[in-house]
Amino acid sequence: MLLEIQDIHVHYGKVQALKGVSLEVDQGEIVTLIGGNGAGKTTTLKTISGLRKLTSGRIRFDGADISRMPGHKRVLAGLGQAPEGRGVFPGMTVEDNLLMGAYTRRGGGIAKDLADVYELFERLAQRKSQMGGTMSGGEQQMVAIGRALMAKPKVLLLDEPSMGLAPKLVQQIFSIIEEINRRGTTVLLVEQNAQQALKLAHRAYVLETGHVVKSAPAADLLDDPEVRAAYLGGDVATGGEPAADGTAGNIPH
Amino acid sequence: MSTLEKAKPAVKGKQQPLRKVTDLFGDASDRARDWWGVQTGVVRWSVYLALIVAALFLPHAGIGSFMSPHSDWQSILFYPIGGYILLAIGLNVVVGQAGLLDLGYVAFFAVGGYTMAVLGKIWGWNFWEIIAVGIVLAALSGILLGAPTLRLRGDYLAIVTLGFGEIIRISATNTDSIGGPNGIAGIPHPPNVTDWAVPANGLTEALDLDGLKPFTYGALDTRPYYYLLVGAIVLTIVLAKRLEHSRVGRAWAAIREDEDAAELMGVPTFKFKLASFAIGAAFGGLAGVLYGSQATSIIPEDFPFILSATILAAVVLGGSGNIPGVMLGAFLIAWIPERVRGVEEYRVMVFGAALVIMMALRPEGILPSRQRKAELAEGSGGMGAMGAEVGGPGGSDVEIEVKK
Repeated sequence: MLLEIQDIHVHYGKVQALKGVSLEVDQGEIVTLIGGNGAGKTTTLKTISGLRKLTSGRIRFDGADISRMPGHKRVLAGLGQAPEGRGVFPGMTVEDNLLMGAYTRRGGGIAKDLADVYELFERLAQRKSQMGGTMSGGEQQMVAIGRALMAKPKVLLLDEPSMGLAPKLVQQIFSIIEEINRRGTTVLLVEQNAQQALKLAHRAYVLETGHVVKSAPAADLLDDPEVRAAYLGGDVATGGEPAADGTAGNIPH
Repeated sequence: MSTLEKAKPAVKGKQQPLRKVTDLFGDASDRARDWWGVQTGVVRWSVYLALIVAALFLPHAGIGSFMSPHSDWQSILFYPIGGYILLAIGLNVVVGQAGLLDLGYVAFFAVGGYTMAVLGKIWGWNFWEIIAVGIVLAALSGILLGAPTLRLRGDYLAIVTLGFGEIIRISATNTDSIGGPNGIAGIPHPPNVTDWAVPANGLTEALDLDGLKPFTYGALDTRPYYYLLVGAIVLTIVLAKRLEHSRVGRAWAAIREDEDAAELMGVPTFKFKLASFAIGAAFGGLAGVLYGSQATSIIPEDFPFILSATILAAVVLGGSGNIPGVMLGAFLIAWIPERVRGVEEYRVMVFGAALVIMMALRPEGILPSRQRKAELAEGSGGMGAMGAEVGGPGGSDVEIEVKK
């Protein structure tokens, strides 16, 4: 396993956000983490990238225990993240934003990777010298993903890349994520847009109030009645009670 | 780019007429910056040289009679004007570059001042040795303050730094070995480098420099101290500029704009925040040593909280993050109260009104850096949560327009 999270507990003050989350991401996979608001998705990602300290449990990455490693060193180890809310540097141009992604790298290869990012996101190539803060939401998301790629991560962590975007842009972003994965980067994707995420991913975990309640191949979850009811807007009658009746989700509209 | 230009008239349309005037000024400063951006090294260095030479002629009595008819121009040129400028450049490293709100900056000025006083008066050290010690001690106290507190952000950091400033002042008041509330008097002046005097002839008389001994540090003439300060300011500007364009400067900019994102880029944010505290503090310590060497005596009340607030006002007013801006801000903040001394007790009111008007007309600062302007427009960036909550001038309009 490239990335292994073993029974992590995370607290915000006295409030426990994660109550023993375990998940695994293998080389070359797209794994998605779905769940409602406050389920702990973002906290899980932040804990993996080191922005949050864990109370107990372990994170193993690429064969090493990184549970206590500071966030900036995890970038060197090979974890790249496009954070929640994009985190684009508003006062830097698009190009400076992308170069900031290569901050830890020295020497050659940066120019080539920059060209690769521009090839992946043509829109950014047209707007190299525009300030990050004046970009639209979709463009900022592209900057955030491109910037994370500039660190040449082994695993790319994406926190709700579809948030606040028009459906057409969501499609575009998701197909780019697929392309990134095809080129060899492992992806861990956190999403509220479960439908899209499950179509894209190989495997998925469902998170509810700090617990993993389900894990299965993504295609199976797309057909799972409970998941359909709870996250895919499957059925009105059982919408509020996902676990009430296993068959309810399959009733046609 | 085109969307941006479209957005502009919409913002300008609903502004008050005065704002149009200041926008003209803003456009002019933008053009000046663009012009500056494409100049070659030769042009730049000649401008730098011209500015330094102009600074040397600034104590001229003719300039003084206009600039400060009510107080001794040569004295106020050293302090507050020069002193504030040096302090503002130092605080700008912390507030303008790393985006950390420090409300206790006066503490480092005090550390420098007391280093000068204690080592000079009690231990009998030489001024030039004390400068080095003062800078190092101030930097260490910056680290001492930063190490436990820099895990805090925004308003919380501001409150803790405010406390630190007060702790230093109150400790000095209550420590008898450094004079308690009476401070330390009889601080020695720096030793004379040479007693050379500017020869008197037609030219030097016209420049009001005849008989000046620029390297003789006595009690009467403040000009030699002023020249010393100009030298210190030039050095700190060079250092600050170098830092700004280095990897360190890029890391600071990233931290200022989004600290979490900076960490995710692999920037050791804590280390760099600590470095900005130490460097900013070192500049403050340097200002303190220079101040102490001229003042002859210092008391704890020379370092009140209001001085921290004033220097912060200078940085914000001038254009946080942009060195020419913060220097201009510091100059105005130091100079206006002296200029209007003629109105006696209304002086502070005039000063306050001037501040309010300037901030109302140019909330982004008189000469903001372009990067900083974009951050403000976006509503984040700089000064932690405080900056984010306040938002920028017409920022939301621009955002909405662009999104279309």
